Amino acid sequence: MKQSTKFATLGAIGVAALFAALPAWAQTPAPVPTVNKGDTAWMMTSTILVLMMILPGLALFYGGLTRSKNMLATMTQIGAVACLAMLIWVMYGYTMAFGDGGGDFISGFGKAFLKGITPDSTAATFTAGVAIPEYVFICFQMTFAAITVALVLGSVVERMKFSAVMVFGAVWLTIVYFPIAHMVWASGGLFFKMGALDFAGGTVVHINAGVSALVAALILGKRIGYPTERIVPHSLTMTGIGTGLLWVGWFGFNAGSALEANGSAALAMINTFVATASAGLFWMLAERLNGHKGSALGFCSGIVAGLVAVTPAAGNSGPFGAIILGAIASVVCFYAVSFLKPKLGYDDALDAFGVHGIGGMIGALGTGIVFAPSLGGPGKPDFDMAHQLWVQFKTVGTTIVWAAVGTVVAIYIAKAVTGLRVSPDVEREGLDLGEHGERAYN
Amino acid sequence: MKLVIAIIKPFKLDEVREALSGVGVAGMTVTEVKGFGRQKGQTEIYRGAEYSTNMVPKIKIEVVCGSDMAGAVVEAIQASANTGAIGDGKIFVLDVGQAVRIRTGETDDTAL
Repeated sequence: MKQSTKFATLGAIGVAALFAALPAWAQTPAPVPTVNKGDTAWMMTSTILVLMMILPGLALFYGGLTRSKNMLATMTQIGAVACLAMLIWVMYGYTMAFGDGGGDFISGFGKAFLKGITPDSTAATFTAGVAIPEYVFICFQMTFAAITVALVLGSVVERMKFSAVMVFGAVWLTIVYFPIAHMVWASGGLFFKMGALDFAGGTVVHINAGVSALVAALILGKRIGYPTERIVPHSLTMTGIGTGLLWVGWFGFNAGSALEANGSAALAMINTFVATASAGLFWMLAERLNGHKGSALGFCSGIVAGLVAVTPAAGNSGPFGAIILGAIASVVCFYAVSFLKPKLGYDDALDAFGVHGIGGMIGALGTGIVFAPSLGGPGKPDFDMAHQLWVQFKTVGTTIVWAAVGTVVAIYIAKAVTGLRVSPDVEREGLDLGEHGERAYN
Repeated sequence: MKLVIAIIKPFKLDEVREALSGVGVAGMTVTEVKGFGRQKGQTEIYRGAEYSTNMVPKIKIEVVCGSDMAGAVVEAIQASANTGAIGDGKIFVLDVGQAVRIRTGETDDTAL
C-alpha cells in the first residue's frame, strides 16, 4: 500500500465522489504529505471539544435526567467507561479500526500499543498531500470511541452494576465499536468500499449506540417501578447545561470530521447550527400539536435529535437540506419516545434508542437524499440517489444487526462475570450510595 | 390568644405578609409544605409521559395573636390570598394556652 493511503484513516465524507474527483490520486506517486499547523490546531481543538461532550456534557445531560439518588452513579459510569475506552483505544482499538490497512471488518494488529508511531507520523486527510500528525488523529478518533460507549449507557442507568458497566464497555468496544468504525471510516472497510456516506459517525456512533442501548435495556429489564411509579428527571437545569455543552462540543465532532480547517469543515459547521436549531423548535412544535405545552425537556431532546441526525450529513448536505433533516428527525424522535416506547413497553431510561438510534437512522438514510446537488448538497451532478439510498440502507441494516448481536454477547459476558444488575435494595436506595458510597447532594 | 394557620398559594406570600403587617401582626412563621384539597394535584409531562402529582406545593403561615385581633387577621389573609381560583387554600383558628418569650421570660400577650 502506498504511503499516502497507508494511514488509511479517511473519515467518511462522500467517498465515492472524492475518488471520482481525484482520479490521479491512486496512480501517481504519493507526494510527501505536508502537515499544516492550522489544520493541526483545529483538529486538536476539535478533539478537546468532543471530550467536553463527554465530561461534562453527556454526564450532566444524562445525570439531570436520572433521579437524584442516581446522579453520581450516572456521571461516574460515563466518566469511567470513557476512560476505559481511551486506554483500550491506544492498546488495541486504534490498530483494529485504522491500523495498517486490513480487511473488511478490522484493520489488523500491526499498530497495537501504538507501535511505530512517532511525532513525525502522519495521517491522511481528504486532500492529497495534506496530512495531520497521527497522534492528533488517534486522539480525535479516541474521543469518538469514548463518547459512543458512554451513550449506550443511557438506556441502562439506575439499575446496572458499575462492575458490569466496565466489563460490558470493554467487550462492546472490542466486538462492536472498533469493527464498525473500521467498516465505515477506514479505506479497507466494508461500508467505505460500498460508498456509504457517514461524515461524522451517524452510523458508527448513533445507530450503533442506539441499537446497542435498546438491546441492553431489553436484556437488563425494567427499573423497579417503571412505568407505574413517578420516575422523572431530577434536574432539568443540568440537562439544559449538558445540552448546551453537547451542542458546542458537537462542532468538534462534526466540523472536526473534515480533518482539515477548510470549506468542508465550514459546511459541517453551518449545518450543525441550522439542523439543530430547526430540530429544537420542531420537537416543541410536535408537543404543541399533540396538545401539550412546549417543554424544556422537549427543547433539549430536539436539540440532541437534530445533532444526531445532522452527524452523517454534516459535510454531505447543503444548509437547507440540513434544516429539513433536523425537522424530520426531531418530529420522528418525538413520536418514538412519546408513543412507540410506551406502546412497546421497554425501559430505555434516558431514550438512548429513541433519540440516538432513531435519529441516527433518519440521518443516515436522509444523508443519501440531501447529498443530491439538486437539493443543495455537495454531490456531483451525476449523483444517483436511488443507488446511494440503497447503499445507506444496507449500511444501516448491517450496523443494526452487528450492534444487536455484539451487544447480546457483551451483556451476557458482563452478566456472567458480575451479575449485571444491582440488588433490588440497592436499586431502591439509589446507586450513588449502593455502588459508590456517596451522595450527590447533602 | 389565637393561633391562625393559613395554607396559601406560594406566590401570594408577599401580599399576605403586607396585609398582616397592615393589621398590626408583629411576627409569623412560614413553612413550605405540600398537600392537596379540592385542587387534586397537577400533571407534569416528560417526553410525552404524563405524571400526575397529587401533592401541590403550598405555603403554611402560622400567626399567634390576641383573641381580639384574630378576626382582623383572618380577614386580612382571606382578602390578600384570594385569587378566586381553585387551590387558594384554607385558614384555621385554634386556641392557644400559653406563650413565652424565651429571651425575657415575658408571657402571653406581652410575649407576642
